[in-house]
Amino acid sequence: MERAKPGIDVPRIKKDFPIFERKIHGKPLCYLDSAATSQKPKQVLDAVNEFYSKYNANVHRAIYELGEDATREFEGAREKVARFINAKSSSEIVFTRGTTESINIVAYGWGMKGKLRKGDEIVSTVMEHHSNHIPWFFLQDHVGAKISWIDIDDEGYLKMEELDRLITDRTKMVAVTQCSNVLGTINPIKEIAKKAHEVNALCLVDAAQSVPHSPVDVRDLDCDLLAFSGHKMLGPTGIGVLYGKEKVLEEMEPMLGGGEMIREVHLGRATWNDIPWKFEAGTPDSAGAVGLGAAIDYLNAIGMKNVRMHEVELNAYGLDMLRNIKGIRILGPLDPKMRGGLIAFTIPEAHPHDIAAILDAEGIAIRSGHNCAQPLMERCGIPATARASFYVYNSPEDVDRLVKGLKKVQEVFG
Amino acid sequence: MAYEMYQEQILDHYKHPRNRGELPDADLRARDYNPLCGDDLTIFLKTDEKGTITEAKFVGQGCAISQSSASMLTVMLKGKSVSEAKKIDPDRIVRMLGIPLSAVRLKCALLSLQVLKKALFSKELAEAETVKE
Repeated sequence: MERAKPGIDVPRIKKDFPIFERKIHGKPLCYLDSAATSQKPKQVLDAVNEFYSKYNANVHRAIYELGEDATREFEGAREKVARFINAKSSSEIVFTRGTTESINIVAYGWGMKGKLRKGDEIVSTVMEHHSNHIPWFFLQDHVGAKISWIDIDDEGYLKMEELDRLITDRTKMVAVTQCSNVLGTINPIKEIAKKAHEVNALCLVDAAQSVPHSPVDVRDLDCDLLAFSGHKMLGPTGIGVLYGKEKVLEEMEPMLGGGEMIREVHLGRATWNDIPWKFEAGTPDSAGAVGLGAAIDYLNAIGMKNVRMHEVELNAYGLDMLRNIKGIRILGPLDPKMRGGLIAFTIPEAHPHDIAAILDAEGIAIRSGHNCAQPLMERCGIPATARASFYVYNSPEDVDRLVKGLKKVQEVFG
Repeated sequence: MAYEMYQEQILDHYKHPRNRGELPDADLRARDYNPLCGDDLTIFLKTDEKGTITEAKFVGQGCAISQSSASMLTVMLKGKSVSEAKKIDPDRIVRMLGIPLSAVRLKCALLSLQVLKKALFSKELAEAETVKE
């Protein structure tokens, strides 16, 4: 297969990631689990270290110079995030612990404490990660909301023809992932958001697997809310983002109460701060935010279009190579352009945990299990999958090692 | 560690499980699963009037460690008394398997014991429930 001219210099990029100096069972690390969490370049590690070494003080509080520096760094990171996803303003960027917390903030602040009533409907899909299922279950159990789920076809695409039936006048929220963490399927968010808006429902996007890997423009998508995690995009753990249109965030109640999120407090009553700070009670993970800002700089230097192109190439090569494995079942679309940079599969001889254990002995890290998507596993009729996922530091050689490793698995279990 | 884990004995029990199948007239049975892996296991036991286990079978699906552990355990159980079986502890299972196990895989290995204990004590639990009512 002739591959397109690579827009990414993998060997040079790999040198930026100290973890690749490490050996696993005496072999160079072949890391194929970036959909779970990505590795971190030294630029990000240095930015976090520099923040603690040079700028550390509590943000928004201190009057002294150091405090102003800390606030500038922290708010500067917010600006970077806003530009990265083309938000209208940095006030639309709430820092959270990650995608999970972001979605919970919406379920609570919009649903539990908001205008959602018994019998109101939420539309989601069968391919969601648990973090885009459970917060809505809370609303089902505590508010009496009714949830329905868009099904998938045999190839792993959403059955878009179901949208008109499921999205009705009673629908108040459509919560859907932009890219499935198991099938890899990339969903037509623009179209879904449009349908949601036709009935005055909000559209929330789980972008945990899309923002790290492709250009995402919230204004083009016209989604109302969008959640993603820093640690899946070269940033530190513990920092994530909730994007929300200004008007939507204004109407939401805060989930956490405490310092920073208030304007005025008297005994027994208080008023809230402006967005986004209304949602950021307590001392935030300022160093994490700065690290995320550095990760965004790093990704921008590569170019998100190049990141995406690189992963489509790895998808194409990976799908071609894996299809030669006897008995393999690959989940999701077989068109490399229609999936995110990940391939989940099963082989008949071995359980995914046994596959992962043998691959580990070869220095290869993959994910195995239900991938936090048990309803999808049920829908596909399998208990678990093995999953290889790609990022900027992966090359076709990693795919070759995976395929060689899988042949070892078949030797052991065959 | 992986290759040491998949020793011949383990793979043999995984590929050719002993006592695999249901026992419709079992005196004791229980099912449990390991949510991390999706390992799923049901154990069936038949006992005689002296309280000796005369038959032990299992059905389930899961990784090589959980399934070979169940296979080996059912072999071990036959001929043992229920009170002996109740005394089987995790160390005994680890010795039975004879392989190095990480903390995560230990859960796979011990699923068989967990289900066995559930089966052995289920009757007493049921009786205790009846007394309470």
